[in-house]
Amino acid sequence: MGFPRLLRILAICAVSQAAWTQSPTYGLGKTPAPEEVRKWDIAISPTGKELPAGQGTAKEGATLYVRKGCAGCHGATGSGAHAPTLISRKGVKPDPSAFCLAPCVNDANTMSLHSPFATTIWDYINRGMPLGKEGTLAPNEVYALTAFLLYKNGVIGEDEVMDAQSLPKVKMPNREGFALPPEWKHGEPRLQGYP
Amino acid sequence: MAMKRPNRRGFLKGGVALAGLATEGGQLLHGQTQGMPPKKIDELIAYGERSHFVTSIRVPVAERHSPDEFGLTFHVLTPLQDSFGIITPSSLHYTATHRGAFVPDIDPREHRLMIHGMVDRPLVFSVEDLKRLPYLSRIHFIECLGNRARPSHKTVQETHGLTSCAEWTGVPLSLLLKEAGVQNAASWIVAEGAEEVKGASSIPLAKAMDDCLVCYAMNGEPIRPQQGFPLRLIVPGFEGIYQIKYLRRIKLVDRYYMTYDDYGHINPDPKVAALTHQIGPKSVITFPSGGQQLSGAGFYEISGLAWSGGGAVRRVEVSTDGGNTWKNADLRSPAFPMAHTRFGLNWNWDGKECVLMSRCVDELGTAQPTRAEIAKYWNKPLDENLRIPGADNSVQPWRVASDGSIHNGLS
Repeated sequence: MGFPRLLRILAICAVSQAAWTQSPTYGLGKTPAPEEVRKWDIAISPTGKELPAGQGTAKEGATLYVRKGCAGCHGATGSGAHAPTLISRKGVKPDPSAFCLAPCVNDANTMSLHSPFATTIWDYINRGMPLGKEGTLAPNEVYALTAFLLYKNGVIGEDEVMDAQSLPKVKMPNREGFALPPEWKHGEPRLQGYP
Repeated sequence: MAMKRPNRRGFLKGGVALAGLATEGGQLLHGQTQGMPPKKIDELIAYGERSHFVTSIRVPVAERHSPDEFGLTFHVLTPLQDSFGIITPSSLHYTATHRGAFVPDIDPREHRLMIHGMVDRPLVFSVEDLKRLPYLSRIHFIECLGNRARPSHKTVQETHGLTSCAEWTGVPLSLLLKEAGVQNAASWIVAEGAEEVKGASSIPLAKAMDDCLVCYAMNGEPIRPQQGFPLRLIVPGFEGIYQIKYLRRIKLVDRYYMTYDDYGHINPDPKVAALTHQIGPKSVITFPSGGQQLSGAGFYEISGLAWSGGGAVRRVEVSTDGGNTWKNADLRSPAFPMAHTRFGLNWNWDGKECVLMSRCVDELGTAQPTRAEIAKYWNKPLDENLRIPGADNSVQPWRVASDGSIHNGLS
């Protein structure tokens, strides 16, 4: 009798221990409504799982590129202006090893050629453009502008429709052109044997 | 810089006690020259400021002026040549923004931090909520990956001014993540700011659970707007771009998200990729350094800063003969992990031309490399065109000319 009773007590202890570790310790902070999370969640995965409904083509994007003022900073042709180059001039060879952070006025390194995923372009136009009116573009407009940049850089065709399904599947020219940093571990050097 | 003439009204109002001491020539007793601060004395009693004889300032990087034509701030360099000890005053801490940004004017009562994604309980915290939680204060450097010495640079402010060090106070990120309950499939976080571009970076979950802090204070007061008021994520030892200012959201995810800021860093070579993110061991002599002047042969104290993203600085060595021989420098401050550490070395200058250098070793045993060692590692020619792959933590030479002027040894 004594032994099963001990087991029962141990089992109860184990269950309450599990419940304790899984529950919050401090009880501060509020639970956001799912709607609030959706509104805030503008980070788009390479899988595109957060992409909203909507669609757009390069032709629609060409009109928006002028109407939304993109050409004002990035130039009518998408290069040679004071904001980063968006459309590489013909014949310029992409250089995926070139280090590039804004401001990057570098033909060999436009986002459409350098980014391994088309979702990065959608994400950035959506969160960060146009300058001074960030976050005002509708999903259809972001799809259309993304399609326009991909088309002008020779990545997709003029009539290809970009939406939540097609955008993550776009075969980007630099898809294999990046290495993830090694798994980070506390107390380990960045690169063994360097230099 | 234009010298502001003293304001007679301010002088009379602010300097009642001292006014009686003024002589006719405007010379005050006790060796003080005329020139009262432009602020009223009650303002200075309420919030002090430095002497108007101290004029050390930050300067924008040469590549892009701040403010630029849109009024945006890009990268602004801290005046390391004038620094003492290990703490950078908040007003002189370097600043950098993702693409050039306006400093947002955020009401801390309205600001929220959301933690969501692959968690059991998504949570939203107010700044007041966070201040109720257990906190830590840690001294950490922040260095931008763009902190890269070039032959054209004249001063240590230009070669190394994109690093600074401050005391940061906040809640361990691991505590907040445990409150939300991290799911097993999560492996990265995406941290995001509230400024207009909503700058975001992917950070390994292992680092997030290790030593990151969600900070609301810097150097003993609320974080200043240029530094991320009201909340900044501190990722100790990682490059500046990860130290998300105006922190508003942390999303737990199962992969590298390739945000705009991530994509700007990518490299096809895994070895180069390994040399970004965490800052390697690095040091620089701040006195004597480029643009400074020695007044003649004799005793000087060589002074500088060493730091590493891998942990505490263990040893600093200084060479006064261009790297032929090295002497152990003294550590003149506590050596905190991932913090600037002050070193010094007594030096008798014989008045002859020479080259000064410093190098350091961190607690992992990793040593700061010379440019020659880096060139050899990558099998590249050692010349002024050598662009160091990954973060540049190479040894900086300063050339002392026989007239006592100091020059960038890379030029």
